[in-house]
Amino acid sequence: MSFKTEPLVVNFGPQHPSTHGVFRMIVSLDGEVITDVEPVMGYLHRGVEKLAEERTYLQNIPFTDRLDYLASMSNNLAYVLAVEKLANIPVSPRAQYLRVIMAELQRIASHAMAVGSFLNDAGAFFTPLMYMFREREKVLDLFEMTCGQRLTYNYMRVGGLSHDIPPEFLPALGKFLDDMPGFIDEYEQLLSENEILLARTKGVGILPPQLAINASVSGPILRGSGVKWDLRKADPYCVYDRFDFDIPVGKAGDSYDRFWVRLQEMRQSVRIIQQAVAQLPQGEVRSQVPATLRPQAGEAYAHIEAPKGELGFYLVSDGSVAPYRFKIRSPSFINLTPLREMMVGYKVADAVIILGSLDIVLGEVDR
Amino acid sequence: MTTAISGIELANQIKASFAEAVLEGDERAVILRSEYLTQVASFLKTTPGLEFDYLSHVTAVDYLDYFEVIYHITSLAHNHSAVIKVKTPDRDNPEVPSVASVWCGANLQEREVYDLMGVTFLEHPNLKRVLLWEGFPGHPLRKDFLTLEGKSPWQTIEPLEEGHHVL
Amino acid sequence: MNLWDYIYNLANIRDRITDWANGLFVGWVVYLLIALVGIVAILIFLVPSLMAFIWIERRLVGRFQVRYGPNRVGPFGILQPVADALKVLAKEALTPADADKWVFWLAPVAIFVPALLVYAVLPFGPRMSFADLNIGILYVVAISSLSAISVFMAGWSSNNKFSLLGAMRAVAQMVSYEVPMVLSILGVIMLAGSLQMSHIVQEQLDRNVWFILIQPLGFMVYFISAVAELNRTPTDIMEAESEIVAGYHTEYSGMKFSLFYLAEYTNALAVSAIISTLFFGGWGTAPILDKLPPWLWFIAKIYFFFAILVWMRGTLPRLRIDQLMGFAWKFLLPLALINLFVTGAEVLVWEEYDLAAGWIIPSMVIINFALAGILIVAWTKLFQLRRAWA
Repeated sequence: MSFKTEPLVVNFGPQHPSTHGVFRMIVSLDGEVITDVEPVMGYLHRGVEKLAEERTYLQNIPFTDRLDYLASMSNNLAYVLAVEKLANIPVSPRAQYLRVIMAELQRIASHAMAVGSFLNDAGAFFTPLMYMFREREKVLDLFEMTCGQRLTYNYMRVGGLSHDIPPEFLPALGKFLDDMPGFIDEYEQLLSENEILLARTKGVGILPPQLAINASVSGPILRGSGVKWDLRKADPYCVYDRFDFDIPVGKAGDSYDRFWVRLQEMRQSVRIIQQAVAQLPQGEVRSQVPATLRPQAGEAYAHIEAPKGELGFYLVSDGSVAPYRFKIRSPSFINLTPLREMMVGYKVADAVIILGSLDIVLGEVDR
Repeated sequence: MTTAISGIELANQIKASFAEAVLEGDERAVILRSEYLTQVASFLKTTPGLEFDYLSHVTAVDYLDYFEVIYHITSLAHNHSAVIKVKTPDRDNPEVPSVASVWCGANLQEREVYDLMGVTFLEHPNLKRVLLWEGFPGHPLRKDFLTLEGKSPWQTIEPLEEGHHVL
Repeated sequence: MNLWDYIYNLANIRDRITDWANGLFVGWVVYLLIALVGIVAILIFLVPSLMAFIWIERRLVGRFQVRYGPNRVGPFGILQPVADALKVLAKEALTPADADKWVFWLAPVAIFVPALLVYAVLPFGPRMSFADLNIGILYVVAISSLSAISVFMAGWSSNNKFSLLGAMRAVAQMVSYEVPMVLSILGVIMLAGSLQMSHIVQEQLDRNVWFILIQPLGFMVYFISAVAELNRTPTDIMEAESEIVAGYHTEYSGMKFSLFYLAEYTNALAVSAIISTLFFGGWGTAPILDKLPPWLWFIAKIYFFFAILVWMRGTLPRLRIDQLMGFAWKFLLPLALINLFVTGAEVLVWEEYDLAAGWIIPSMVIINFALAGILIVAWTKLFQLRRAWA
């Protein structure tokens, strides 16, 4: 005797606690097992690429804050790098170093958020998230000290930074850097060997390295799959070639490896910042750039290793004050490409974990 | 450091296998004939020494006379990158073959280009709008979007006085 | 009898009322009156306790999570549950358009009633049970499994896919965990030789040993199964917030939602009480400390175990449904069966020798703890949650 059954189609999102915003997955279920996934996005589409075509190069910097709103500094950096490449603008060494410090602090903050909310998705009742929030708070305090903002910094400028760091910044940063490794140790002790967490995340959402490369995923997800590819090493921008750091890579390419890679990257970021602070030169932080910049007609693509992956800006100039084409290569969006391959065959509860391990930010997915 | 392979050099390599495929190659990019795109893509991906296995970026630019679809490709093994471009002159019905069969990372990105720029990718596995909803009038990243008669969603908004920006 | 005697054992108050009423009314009126007094007494205990539990949980979890928790309403935020209750009473209770209205309305009631019924047999002190049934623990098991039905009613009638998923999970989980739970209780029953709650406590006091010492394995199995039945993390799969929003009570709002919420805490309180009764000597305490009323010790134990529940909730991630079911059937059930077998053998020895023989209980304690340790380690090696990848 056999029963006639139908798949249960469930809408995960756009309002759902674990889709990290207004993302929607149309999930077909056979009992608890996922048989099909279709991602639906665009609920946060604000048309940034179109809006940017109407504004000057300087006016577009605040837009980039609002893409990956958990990593505004990185977005600023990628954009100003693209403009500098387009218009051949030099940047002073001090500004370069400060950019690296800010970008790496931002990586710590963003990964803290990613790891915390990932564990929240795994069902830990907010405790890991709040622990990570505590550390992220310290980074936000440092940023607030620097530029007065806690979320949308608008700190980088074409040709440097908006202003130099205040005198109290470096002591506060030093204290943070001293505390951070111990905190990461504590966090790993709390959770990395937790049997339930291992059972939930090991072997879940496996992304083989071939598929990872072919699907253009980047950042911790690519490295979690065991591909040693980090733009800070592969294509160094700013002054990253002057620092000594490791690229952590996963083995199995499962959700746990992506979680683990993020934790290790936080350690490496601390190392980079320590070296950058030690080498920090004196000098101006901003070169002379006209307020209405008119780059020559042409195109430029600059990419950085943002916390979420390869963040690139492709700018086309027609010689006017506004970019002719302003294209964002957003890592969160492209990292969703292999979502179906990663989820089919796992359980509903795993879908949440897999999405959490991808660490998407909807401001960047939808732009 | 990722070495950018110059378009001229890459064009010569492609010409050796596909004599017809290259329109022109300049310092930055190779411009291909669109009908050869898929073959050249798999050639670039599999040829030893090139092995562009990572499609980092797909986008399109509206140059009013034509659309230019741009592919930034990278080889993780050799750490070099290149840019290939395809032009499609037909403004009403721009068509480019899809490279999603070669690099599946093109899947979402081509959908985005289709959605916002209106370039149709032939043989794409799932060519639907991705950021905007089905039935949205026009393709907003086209340069003439705001002037399209009867297509702009903002056409009902009162026109502003002279000298004010539309947006 | 002076005032302290009445406070020391509240049953004396009941006796006094009975004596007084017997002189005035016929028998059945007295019976009803005493029942009413008992109900009021339990409610007087329960309602502030629930509020205290909610407050304790929020404060404790807050501290675990490096934040303050509620601290605005009243001193230390102690009036927060009152404010919450007022808010919830004022809220609109929505019913989804396509819901099965009758079942939807019945479910919150149906989940709260069994939660309350359990309190009838809890022995708060000597002679201080509302109804000291001679099948007390069986009654508890029977009543507490009723909540599976009401959870399924809620999930099914909501006409929401997340609720349905939660309801299916709830039934699967509750039915599975019922088995090891009952088996682990059986060990205690065999030792005590009775199903009566007060008798179980009295046995422990008479023998000067809490059953946790003789039944460590049974305690572990019971504790885990009971936590699973309570659907708190790490086993809250039926209302897993991050997966299926709120499971079976996704569609509930207002007072109907808060009945589910309260039922959860009522059950948590009951489970803490049952753990204290079965394994930790109920109202009993060390002879020096029994200057305080026994019921106060019982309540103190309840709060202690509730704090442990909160601690677990604040620490552990959630299990997946297949892992949870596997845990019940492959880990807890065999261990409970082995425990039952060993306990049976021990009871035979126990009956064979004189109870007063001083070496019996210490040796049994040692044997049982060693056995529990060996079995748990062995089973962990044999059956791993992460077998799939290890």
